Amino acid sequence: MTDPNLVGGTAVDAAELSRVDDSATETKKPRSLWGDAWRQLRRKPAFVISAVIILLVVLIAIAPGLFSHREAGFSDLTKANQGPSSEAWFGYDNQGYDVYARTIYGARASLLVGVFATILTVVFGSLVGILAGYYGRLIDSLLSRLGDIFAGLPFVLGAIVILTTFNAPGSNPGAVTIIVQVVCSIAVLTWPVAMRIMRSATLVAKQLDYVKAARALGASTPRIVFRHLLPNTLAPVLVYATIALGAAIGAEATLAYLGIGVRPPVISWGVMISDSRDYFRADPHMLLFPGAFVTITVLAFVMLGDGIRDALDPKSR
Amino acid sequence: MIRYVLRRLLQLIPVFFGTTFLIYVLVWAVPGDPFSGKCGQTACPQAYVDLMTEKFHLNDNLILQYLKYLGSLFTGDWGETFNGTSVGELIATSYPITLRLALVAVLIEAVIGLTAGVLTGLRGRGFLDNLVLVSTTFLISLPVFVTAIVLQLVLGTELGIIDTSVSDDPSFGELIVPGIALGSLSMAYVARLTRTSIAENRHADYIRTAIAKGQPNSRVVGVHLLRNSVIPVLTFLGTDLGALMGGAIVTEGVFNINGLGGLIFRGIQNRESATVVGVVVLLVLVYLLMSLIVDLLYAVLDPRIRYD
Amino acid sequence: MRRSRRLWGAAAVVTTLSLVLAACGGGSSSSGSSGEVDPNGTFTVYGTEPQNTLIPTNTNELGGSKAVDAMFAELVAFKGDNAQPYNQMAESITTTDSKVFDIKIKQGWKFHDGTEVKAKNFVDAWNYGAYSPNGQINSTFFENIQGYDDVHPADDNAKPTTDKMSGLVVKGDYEFQVTLKAPFSVFATKIGYTAFAPLPDVFFKDPKAFAQHPIGNGPMKFVSRTPNVDIKLTRNDDYKGQDKVKFKDLDIKIYASQETAYQDLLSNKLDFIETLPPSALAGSKYKTDLKDNLVTGHLLGISAIAVPYYVPGYDNLDLRKAISMAIDRTQITKTVMNDTYVPADGYVSQGIEGYRPAVCEFCKFDPAAAKAAFAKSGFKGKLTIASNADGGRKEPLVAACNSIKNVLGVECDFVPATDFGQWRSIVTGHKLTGMGRSDWSADYPSIEDFLNPIYRTGASSNDSVYSNPAVDQLLEQADSTPDKDAAIKIYQQAEDAIAKDLPSIPVWDEKGVAAKSKHTKTVTLDFRRRADYSSVEVTK
Repeated sequence: MTDPNLVGGTAVDAAELSRVDDSATETKKPRSLWGDAWRQLRRKPAFVISAVIILLVVLIAIAPGLFSHREAGFSDLTKANQGPSSEAWFGYDNQGYDVYARTIYGARASLLVGVFATILTVVFGSLVGILAGYYGRLIDSLLSRLGDIFAGLPFVLGAIVILTTFNAPGSNPGAVTIIVQVVCSIAVLTWPVAMRIMRSATLVAKQLDYVKAARALGASTPRIVFRHLLPNTLAPVLVYATIALGAAIGAEATLAYLGIGVRPPVISWGVMISDSRDYFRADPHMLLFPGAFVTITVLAFVMLGDGIRDALDPKSR
Repeated sequence: MIRYVLRRLLQLIPVFFGTTFLIYVLVWAVPGDPFSGKCGQTACPQAYVDLMTEKFHLNDNLILQYLKYLGSLFTGDWGETFNGTSVGELIATSYPITLRLALVAVLIEAVIGLTAGVLTGLRGRGFLDNLVLVSTTFLISLPVFVTAIVLQLVLGTELGIIDTSVSDDPSFGELIVPGIALGSLSMAYVARLTRTSIAENRHADYIRTAIAKGQPNSRVVGVHLLRNSVIPVLTFLGTDLGALMGGAIVTEGVFNINGLGGLIFRGIQNRESATVVGVVVLLVLVYLLMSLIVDLLYAVLDPRIRYD
Repeated sequence: MRRSRRLWGAAAVVTTLSLVLAACGGGSSSSGSSGEVDPNGTFTVYGTEPQNTLIPTNTNELGGSKAVDAMFAELVAFKGDNAQPYNQMAESITTTDSKVFDIKIKQGWKFHDGTEVKAKNFVDAWNYGAYSPNGQINSTFFENIQGYDDVHPADDNAKPTTDKMSGLVVKGDYEFQVTLKAPFSVFATKIGYTAFAPLPDVFFKDPKAFAQHPIGNGPMKFVSRTPNVDIKLTRNDDYKGQDKVKFKDLDIKIYASQETAYQDLLSNKLDFIETLPPSALAGSKYKTDLKDNLVTGHLLGISAIAVPYYVPGYDNLDLRKAISMAIDRTQITKTVMNDTYVPADGYVSQGIEGYRPAVCEFCKFDPAAAKAAFAKSGFKGKLTIASNADGGRKEPLVAACNSIKNVLGVECDFVPATDFGQWRSIVTGHKLTGMGRSDWSADYPSIEDFLNPIYRTGASSNDSVYSNPAVDQLLEQADSTPDKDAAIKIYQQAEDAIAKDLPSIPVWDEKGVAAKSKHTKTVTLDFRRRADYSSVEVTK
């Protein structure tokens, strides 16, 4: 949330911000907002750890073969339901699949869905929110009510319609197609939350003195939006984004459970979690390991988000 | 202000039509006709399909179907399901139950989420902060069905603290555990939002001023800090009430709660547009009213925001 | 969780042992509680919301039939434990040519409103069910009767010329005659199906009101119904049939999820669930959960994988053989289905009269022969098995795919559909792009019901779109053979012919595993996956 003290117009902050904003026009390169942030981030252990985890997960997603000698499709029914062993670190599931191999190979789809669905949701929602908040009046009403309609739509209904419209039932779409579709469906059906958060934040930020000043000075709309409003409204949206990442992976599991999401031969952590729903009691390792990977990944993104927000927010320095 | 409220209420009308139409289109677009799975492995007799098609106007074009639906809706008839039950009746029994469940969930979110957020926000980084961070992340990363089933198994089957399913007309007490499952994701969000908000406002000038004035700490925190930090959280809680009512499909299924979520889900599976449209319209209206209330509260709590 | 798992493990050994011992006893019903039997007790069963109105001619699924079957008594009924037909309301059913049936009904039976059940109640009910403007979901059950085409024209646009089938003639208050279009030896068994129940006069005055409060002639009568909550029935003390119930109230409780129902059963809030949720089956947990409250039955059904002839490359007998021999049925039924199914070795369910073991010679797991057949087939590309993914349908088929993949080295994927309705519309629309699940459960216990509806050219559930004139001819010949045993012999010849073509690949038969509460002393699971209410005894 925006710091209310700016309403009173503390000269230092406003002056500092305006200097940063005009940085492009000066010949001597000053310390930019992002440069400052980077310098600060490097010193934070939480940021470094989370960055390392994320890099590792990304590496797993790019080259799963480096981490597992078994293919994801490996199955041996005679070993089904066995717990972790030296041969299969995470044990075998009810189909005799090696849970470790599948967790490794599942990273790619999960990460793609989680990250892109979040980005799409947040970027689109924020854009609509900022426009609604900035222009107000008719545009605000139109966009807000549009958001209300989408927010009222049951996720399951919307997802079934979207995903089955693009794939004739019974067909077997390719991996890329299905992931793109899942990402888009999640984004289309969840953007209103990001929009409402952004709109509220913009409503507050719009009243700030320096924004008013920028308008009075005749700054262009894009400039006001991106230079002045965005940095002040980013914090709550970023908090939401880190949570949305976890929610997106969960939503992907729900879609997989309904039979419209990611499907074999593509696997994801969501699919694994959804497959494990009947086996909590018999094979807890089926839930535990993919669940742990999701948690750690989301945790890393949350910490990363926190770090970036703190670093970007000039007030918290 | 009154003009603003009136304007918002007037906006309900186009949204009502927009939503009903959109839902109608969506249900209509769900593949597979309603009668393809009704007769097991064999196809249904054509006579049966014809009769049902006629009765539910399924052969009319979309616009005409929609208009017929609206027409009967305005005479107070919500239509009926394929097995001859009145949709109005179904909604009347399920609505209060779902509302109760959503209220319990929001209450739990608010109490636990706000407490955790305020505590961690005030204390700053430390053990408690990390604990809340990890536990909320854990909740976020698990899909609701996992949370719900684990709660049911552990508290119900293993420990016997709660009943594994709720009664036909559940009390608030019975709904606490389902409420926790339903609200867990939002609870995590509330906690983190509050924490961020408090941490930011803690260093604000007006807090420094309040402390400098010599106000007691409890008053500084209770009045100045909380009031200003709670605004964004309130926005979220308000709209979440609307969202939770429609999002309870899984939780209701696990705890056998006879609510709107189950109605929607069965309606979608059976392609019963009357049920789905009826319930969703109701949900959207609730959502709209909640967002109106939230916007108004927002203006009341935060003097910087003006609606004109 | 950790500690209790170990405990369960120990308990598992003990109970498995005791289960084995119990199985040797061979009873399909089991006795648990030693409490005193309560003739006025309540029996609570798991239910799902009926999909149609509660009228016999409009009830075709488990959710509705749980209530409807108890409220109505047909001419013929089936014994709960072995599915043997016996005369219920019928005094006698006589025929010389399997075309004209003379039916006498028992006197003195009454509907729940006090009116006597007469021959015309049957005739009127059947005419109502068949008449196309009434749009009854079970109307096709009457299609063998002469005059069906007049009340229910095959052409959708044609209007029926009359509302009475000429094949039905009332001969008196307690006697009527049925003439079929063509000889059909199984008719006397078929009329045990729910759709053939009599309806009281009050029904025809206002069917809509009747549906809200059905009045039947069965062992239980209607009390109340709350949509999505429950259906309540109570004992009909005037009932004259031999399937009287030994408890007072029947409470069919509607559940959204089987898991929850199962949890309720374990905590004694529910008395019977006819099928166990996947979570209970996982790791054979149900055996330790239920101990002697496990109820096993003999379901008459069969699971197969349809290999449609219309899919490019699938019209290839070697490929069919290869796929069939590559599925390790024994391992899959044991590991993935936790012994609730047994491997199938023919096209007829194992409990049915006329079943012979090992009819399907390619249904044995034989990796070497499978590989050889696959090489011979020259099939290139990828195999898929499609099905609706809900209700535990997915796991066995994924396992089948893996088995095929491991043996043949060909890619095989499971393709999900969202729900049963969507899935059936793919199949009936012939839109499969690979193999598909094709399960069948019998409406009445006869070998005929496993062949005619599935493998005859153009039959209603011919998912593979199979057509073999020789098979059609054998089936027709068997249908018109009046002598039951002789007919079965010809049906078996048809089955042999089908097994040579492998239009679909039989995979497994469901045993039928149900659960009862401690509160229930005895209960039998019948062949249609229902509690046989007459077998139920509840304790105080």
